[in-house]
Amino acid sequence: MPSEKMLMNGSQTVGEAAVRAGCRYYFGYPITPQNELPEYLSARMPEVGGTFIQGESEVASINMVLGASVAGARTMTSSSSPGISLKQEGISYMAGMELPAVIVNMMRGGPGLGNIAPSAADYFQATRGGAHGDYRTPVLAPAGGQELVDLTFEAFDLADKYRNPVMLLGDGLMGQVMEPVVFPDFIDLKDLPEKDWALRGCKGREARAIFSMILGQQGELYRHNLDLQKKYDRITAEEQRWETKYAEDAELIVVAYGTAARIAESAIEDLKAEGINAGLFRPISLWPFPLPALRELSKEIPKVAVFELCLGQMVEDVILSVGERAEIYFHGVPGGLIPTPAEVAEFLRSTVKGDGKVGRRMEV
Amino acid sequence: MSTEIEYKKVFGRPESLKDNPTHYCPGCGHSIAHRLVAECLDEMGLREDTIGVPPVGCAVLAYNYFNFDMVEAPHGRALAVATGVKRVHPDKFVLTYQGDGDLAAIGAAETIHAANRGERISAIFINNAIYGMTGGQMAPTTLLGQNATTAPRGRDARLHGQPIDISSMLAICGGVVFVERCALTTIKQIRKAKKAIKKSFQCQLDDLGFSLVELLSPCPTNWKMPVKAAWDWVNEEMVKTYPLGLIKDTTGYEDKK
Ligand SMILES: Cc1ncc(C[n+]2csc(CCOP(=O)(O)OP(=O)(O)O)c2C)c(N)n1
Ligand code: SF4
Ligand SMILES: [Mg+2]
Repeated sequence: MPSEKMLMNGSQTVGEAAVRAGCRYYFGYPITPQNELPEYLSARMPEVGGTFIQGESEVASINMVLGASVAGARTMTSSSSPGISLKQEGISYMAGMELPAVIVNMMRGGPGLGNIAPSAADYFQATRGGAHGDYRTPVLAPAGGQELVDLTFEAFDLADKYRNPVMLLGDGLMGQVMEPVVFPDFIDLKDLPEKDWALRGCKGREARAIFSMILGQQGELYRHNLDLQKKYDRITAEEQRWETKYAEDAELIVVAYGTAARIAESAIEDLKAEGINAGLFRPISLWPFPLPALRELSKEIPKVAVFELCLGQMVEDVILSVGERAEIYFHGVPGGLIPTPAEVAEFLRSTVKGDGKVGRRMEV
Repeated sequence: MSTEIEYKKVFGRPESLKDNPTHYCPGCGHSIAHRLVAECLDEMGLREDTIGVPPVGCAVLAYNYFNFDMVEAPHGRALAVATGVKRVHPDKFVLTYQGDGDLAAIGAAETIHAANRGERISAIFINNAIYGMTGGQMAPTTLLGQNATTAPRGRDARLHGQPIDISSMLAICGGVVFVERCALTTIKQIRKAKKAIKKSFQCQLDDLGFSLVELLSPCPTNWKMPVKAAWDWVNEEMVKTYPLGLIKDTTGYEDKK
């Protein structure tokens, strides 16, 4: 049975959703602004027969995830930006070894220690692999609330379906704001698809190893990379997710994701009273980026305004999607300050007028 | 009356070893350590229940030689990976096999904390006082005065610090129940090593806690010594910095003579 409507902060929401999605192994290291997630699971996991370990570092935690994953379990870690940087080597290994797991990043301001305010400055890191090697991880970007629940479930399903790490990309605001949510019923672990590749000891079969190092002089690594690429191509074809709102009659399309999209949506609603019709295009999968959908939309609407909680990362994917089909404007707010809908409305007014007061026109 | 002679098999390849030639150099300790681990698993009936984690180091390809399930770990992270495996399969047998750079330098934090948590894991620690795989750079275990490609004038305490005795450091951790140091360079020590490995495995089977067996291991190639000299160097020099014998035992096992 689904749960009652509950009021929970975003971090706790992801924790409960993970448990209901069949995750019984969580490993993580504290970092603000996502501590509510490990704190929640430290109490919750024992109630469902699961395991919570506070690792000695993010490096240790991601490698515990690697071990739990290779053993066949649904497993998760979470952190915020500096900690996610430390997990990158492990994520690269898991991509090479084709191991599923969910990694949550509640982004904060950088570079370096930065600060604990929300940010979206890890877009490049999240969508371009993040560590060394030719690999990708699907990235799902909820806009908070119920979507945190739904996309946590989807993240586990995608990870298992493609045997690949999947990132859930939120930010510090989303992690701490309380919103009403409803949880689906618990997945029965027996209903999860069998992982016949997992390591459980070799009784009744040949011994087997799972590894990412591929030596050999006959192009073995070359072929492995081509195989991985085929998988990434399939993900790109089949797993694009986005939402479009208010696009009918729009003279302007606003592209934003996550918290930035929530702020932009308020600004769009405020502008309607002034007779400015702006639509919202909200990528939900950041990789694969919903490129064809945005391309089609930009054929009809000649202006695209990109708003990000960083100084311009997703805008590069927008440029790749839109090209010269429409004018592209960008406004970004770097980590450390949370912009208001009024500030975004100023950017959108300026874009409509083309007066260049807020934001800038991108050269394409 | 039959004239056939009956043969009795007295020696063979353990089932826990695959029939593959190894890439280890002549005189290297890794091959001996592999054989000991495999014999112990066979004799204790553990092969089919084992999941092993090799290091990044000369033994990175151990899964080509060991005949049981294995999972690669990034350099130094074997005990974190093993922790994840063991927590999912508490009823399986989990071991790591790690070099001194892997276990005592880059992976020192993972080692200490897995040990201190008392993870039910058996760690086989190959101390050859050098980075073998990468070509003879200084290890945290390199002896004072010993030459390495990154310590061409020999290890200097003021410059590089003292060689680290991680086994003794681990012994003070609450979760650790058994630590012993043996060498792979005399028959007597090899037999002791086998006994120690078995005891470490038993600790895990009896759910007692973390255990580790350190094996002083020759690396003739990167010590730039003939095999005989390298083995002698273990027996005469290495043991001065790393004395052989029991370091910790809270198992309560009565050692059978
Ligand atoms: C993150 C990372 N850093 C460095 C290396 C390079 N590297 C591979 S093995 C090794 C040292 C191995 O030495 P040790 O653990 O003592 O094992 P041995 O080869 O002596 O058995 C190093 C530095 C690596 N693979 N990954
Ligand atoms: S380099 Fe040293 S440790 Fe590596 S295989 Fe050769 S002898 Fe053994
Ligand atoms: Mg070494």
